[in-house]
Amino acid sequence: MKIAVCVSQVPDTATRIKIGSDHKSIDPTGVTLIINPYDEFAIEEALKTKEKVGGDSLVYVISVGDDSVKETLRKALAMGADEAILLKSSGNKDSLAIAKALSDEIKSLGCELVFCGKQSVDFDSGITGQLVAEMLGYNCVSVVVDFKLDGNKIIAEREIEGGREVVETELPAVVTAQKGLNEPRYASLKGIMAAKKKTIAEKPAFDSEVFTEILDMHLPPSKQPGRILGTDKSAVPELVRLLREEAKVI
Amino acid sequence: MAEKILAVLEQREGNLKRVSFEAASVAVSLASQLGFEAEAVVVGSEINNLNELSKYGISKLTHLKNELLENYSPSAYSEMIALFANESGAKILIFPNTAMGVDLAPRVSVKLNAGIAMDCMKLEVKDNDIIATRPVYAGKSLIDVKLKSGVKIFTIRPNVFRPQPVDSATVQVEIKQVENPNLKTKVTAFKKSEGKIDVAEADIIVSGGRGMKGPENFHLIEELAEVLGAAVGASRAVVDAGWRPHREQVGQTGKTVSPSLYIACGISGAIQHLAGMSSSKYIVAINKDKDAPIFNVADYGIAGDVFEILPALTEEIKKLKS
Ligand SMILES: Cc1cc2nc3c(=O)[nH]c(=O)nc-3n(C[C@H](O)[C@H](O)[C@H](O)COP(=O)(O)OP(=O)(O)OC[C@H]3O[C@@H](n4cnc5c(N)ncnc54)[C@H](O)[C@@H]3O)c2cc1C
Repeated sequence: MKIAVCVSQVPDTATRIKIGSDHKSIDPTGVTLIINPYDEFAIEEALKTKEKVGGDSLVYVISVGDDSVKETLRKALAMGADEAILLKSSGNKDSLAIAKALSDEIKSLGCELVFCGKQSVDFDSGITGQLVAEMLGYNCVSVVVDFKLDGNKIIAEREIEGGREVVETELPAVVTAQKGLNEPRYASLKGIMAAKKKTIAEKPAFDSEVFTEILDMHLPPSKQPGRILGTDKSAVPELVRLLREEAKVI
Repeated sequence: MAEKILAVLEQREGNLKRVSFEAASVAVSLASQLGFEAEAVVVGSEINNLNELSKYGISKLTHLKNELLENYSPSAYSEMIALFANESGAKILIFPNTAMGVDLAPRVSVKLNAGIAMDCMKLEVKDNDIIATRPVYAGKSLIDVKLKSGVKIFTIRPNVFRPQPVDSATVQVEIKQVENPNLKTKVTAFKKSEGKIDVAEADIIVSGGRGMKGPENFHLIEELAEVLGAAVGASRAVVDAGWRPHREQVGQTGKTVSPSLYIACGISGAIQHLAGMSSSKYIVAINKDKDAPIFNVADYGIAGDVFEILPALTEEIKKLKS
């Protein structure tokens, strides 16, 4: 079985965001780039599935981006992915255009199972997997915390408000990974050495129309520093009074 | 005929959710600014409280009905909504940014060739167009975006847009029976979590961090949550230590929340935690370290011991409520 994993590269979550001079993107100086945390769960689930299905299964990792993304693809290879593909694009893309590039590549590779992270922690839309599924005409289960494949049949659990939905569907399908799905493995030394020798295939990303225009990027309004009302329980009545009379939230 | 804006409502277990009224109010407000007409659609089996929508100024509500659609089916719901939007000629669709909305809206956007902006916190009409403000980088920054497609989809963050009742409004409800829904993907069961209220939907959240020292002390958090009718939240440190389940985690790799009140107890306020909760309306911090970063975002703070303050706070609120 051919399995695809869509990965993205994002600023480290500890990054303090500075707005760039164009006021439409962040200032990249000093920003460390990492593999999107949710994509590690996606890679792990793909590898586990490959191990389970066996045969001549292959795991492809695919990303849309510039040369810097090779670093992240290399990490996925070191974890155990078989092939990496970089769909090169430096221009502006929105979720739909990225999904279009990914789904075209997945189609030409003939992958019938696709894993994505449930969300990329840069633009946070949380929709790439669903878009890819829809473009391919595949079934889709998003925000998955438990995944079982039995032949063609998928039984997955997805996290929703107040609990989990048990979802049944069939291949071909796209699954988006939520934290809790698994524990991503560390790359072994052997894996790291092997990844160094692998080539990353590079292709131009399919160029589609971009619907989203970013007009401005700005920091959220900063809060007035709050009031420290005391250091022990004698401050409690005043806190409750303020919550009731000033904030009116209780 | 006026162009249409469609609020896609969400029901669970046969009840329209509060966020559905928020979506309806957003649709009504945008419609009046753009000279559009606001309609609503909902998919499901029996729905008990359709008439509650009448307060919010939507002119027409269509219930796409089939007995097999009591539970969510992504394949069926997305097809039916897209088909309905197409037939009714809706130019703008508003979904709630809930688990269901986030699953559905992108699929509908592909079917309608519509641009999409998720998790909007503000939708403003300027020059006859909509400018959406949405958080990026876990709320560390905001972007204003415009969609350039013919049909546009926006999802709204729950709890941010308040439902606005309109005087003397009525709604015309039409029930449309749908045949042979596409059940290629379907929910076969729902496993309810023991926690009473989900952080993602709560209006008040009491959250505990490593300062609670151990899982055995979380009853202090639960007791305060109980008297406030609040949800229990947790920092990642606590979830990683196995003290609390992941579904309670607030933050960049947990849930993003916007309650009206967030009480952080023994939480340092690491940037990844702040990312998930700093858009709360009011923040209270209880932390014995007066230099903890959580105080930078808190409206009110007590720089003291959670084990002393929490029981006193629970008592004080009990007094108030009795
Ligand atoms: C990729 C990534 C993603 C992450 N995602 C998240 C996320 O989603 N959510 C999240 O929360 N974190 C996240 N983190 C972790 C984050 O960086 C912090 O480690 C975490 O938030 C710390 O949790 P804490 O505040 O409970 O613990 P600590 O940092 O240990 O803070 C405990 C606090 O309790 C106070 N305290 C101790 N005893 C008492 C007492 N008796 N009374 C009062 N106060 C007391 C201390 O002064 C201290 O401030 C992420 C990190 C990474 C790298």
